[in-house]
Amino acid sequence: MLSIIQYEELEILLNDLDTRYGYDFTEYSKASLQRRVQRLFAADKFPSFAEFRYRLRHDPHYFRRFVEEITVNVTEMLRDPAFYRVLRTVILPVLATYPFIRIWHAGCSTGEEVYSMAILLKEAGILHKSLLYGTDINPQVIEKARKGIFPMSQMQKYSENYILSGGLKDFSSYYTANYHLARFDAALGEKMVFSTHNLAADSSFNEFQLILCRNVLIYFERDLQNKVLNLFDTSLENLGYLALGAKESIRFSPLDSRYRQVGREKIWRKGL
Amino acid sequence: MSNNRLIVIGGSAGSLHVMFDLLSGLRPGFPDAVLIVLHRNTQSDTGLEELMSAKTGLPCKEVEEKEPVLPGIIYLCPPDYHVLIEKQHTFSLDYSERVNFSRPSIDVTFKSAALAYGESLTAVLLSGANADGAGGLEFVKQQGGLTVVQDPSTAEVSFMPEYAIARGKIDLVLRAEDMPAVIFGPRPV
Ligand SMILES: C[S@@+](CC[C@H](N)C(=O)[O-])C[C@H]1O[C@@H](n2cnc3c(N)ncnc32)[C@H](O)[C@@H]1O
Repeated sequence: MLSIIQYEELEILLNDLDTRYGYDFTEYSKASLQRRVQRLFAADKFPSFAEFRYRLRHDPHYFRRFVEEITVNVTEMLRDPAFYRVLRTVILPVLATYPFIRIWHAGCSTGEEVYSMAILLKEAGILHKSLLYGTDINPQVIEKARKGIFPMSQMQKYSENYILSGGLKDFSSYYTANYHLARFDAALGEKMVFSTHNLAADSSFNEFQLILCRNVLIYFERDLQNKVLNLFDTSLENLGYLALGAKESIRFSPLDSRYRQVGREKIWRKGL
Repeated sequence: MSNNRLIVIGGSAGSLHVMFDLLSGLRPGFPDAVLIVLHRNTQSDTGLEELMSAKTGLPCKEVEEKEPVLPGIIYLCPPDYHVLIEKQHTFSLDYSERVNFSRPSIDVTFKSAALAYGESLTAVLLSGANADGAGGLEFVKQQGGLTVVQDPSTAEVSFMPEYAIARGKIDLVLRAEDMPAVIFGPRPV
């Protein structure tokens, strides 16, 4: 019979990690964490919770594995094509009027979202004056993002997303196929800066005209969501845009009264 | 936190009309919450909420992240997200890997609901062509919940209920028409 990590045990672990490593997961949604921790506990075949806890407290390498395994890094290029269509038709024409464009992808995972944005910027003719910052708490995904190499098996799907997002070119012109890998055009990557950044602990590092944080807030409890939304607020220029995932919203946050939603997509403009 | 029960109904291929039949008997004042996990076509089937509302006497809505689980409401899992339930009985959405080729996955929701609701959970598995749900039912049973599976001989696609029955001991195997009295009625002891 499998032994189940109880919520009380999860709290104990999270407090340990906060004290020992300064990584605070205590305000994450527990149901998702429980699932991930349970999975790791089973995969690494710990005989008991006590041994799992001991290993985590005393082995920093294992803690790194923990961070890599409990974060949900699933992502896609041009996910929700309707969202990218609005970026193309409504947001980028506004950004194009700026002399220099700074965009932050917070929780960018392996970078598919950042490459999607670079393609849109290129097609709008404004990639040359843009800088895209991709950050994530998980160092492993950031290393992958820097490479700009994605599985070939996904390209069919991405190509469909691309067309649905209003793309008019041949999607395959953006990468070179090498067996099962697609290496994206280096010119796209030149405008990207990737680094680790913990939304729960680290502060603002620049001012942006557009911040995307998609499918990250769903993993946070309300208080942490609001804290992170405030971080975005201080990192966004007046009239800048904030874009969230399809099921996320600023509705229950203090930002709500100062931001106006753009159409029906999860995009809000500051100060209108 | 409420002491009410939660009834989670999972279905895949061939389950939609059974779902409609089951829910059509529910009337305002129903004391428990109902959550529907349906394998959906991710390409727009947005009319489902309205369709379902029209068939039942209870309000029907898509799950929104962090909202409390309230009695007397039928909740639908949104396409392309897993639905989890926190121990304080609120919903969380999750965009992790597909499970049994499915997102939402019935297993994922059954398991997380079982941890949050224990004995106050009823988990129902209907027609389908997929192995999803079987592992979740086992877990529900372990946590003291009630497990119900549609009688495979009455299911449009019998694989999913058959698979669950083969895998573990199910409390009740019922024809669709016999289900409402059991799953929505007072809990049998
Ligand atoms: C589901 S992915 C979303 C990827 C992409 N934005 C998308 O929507 O496809 C969530 C990402 O958030 C990251 N994340 C989780 N907690 C974080 C934190 N405290 N700070 C920064 N990133 C975090 C995870 O490592 C993961 O890569």
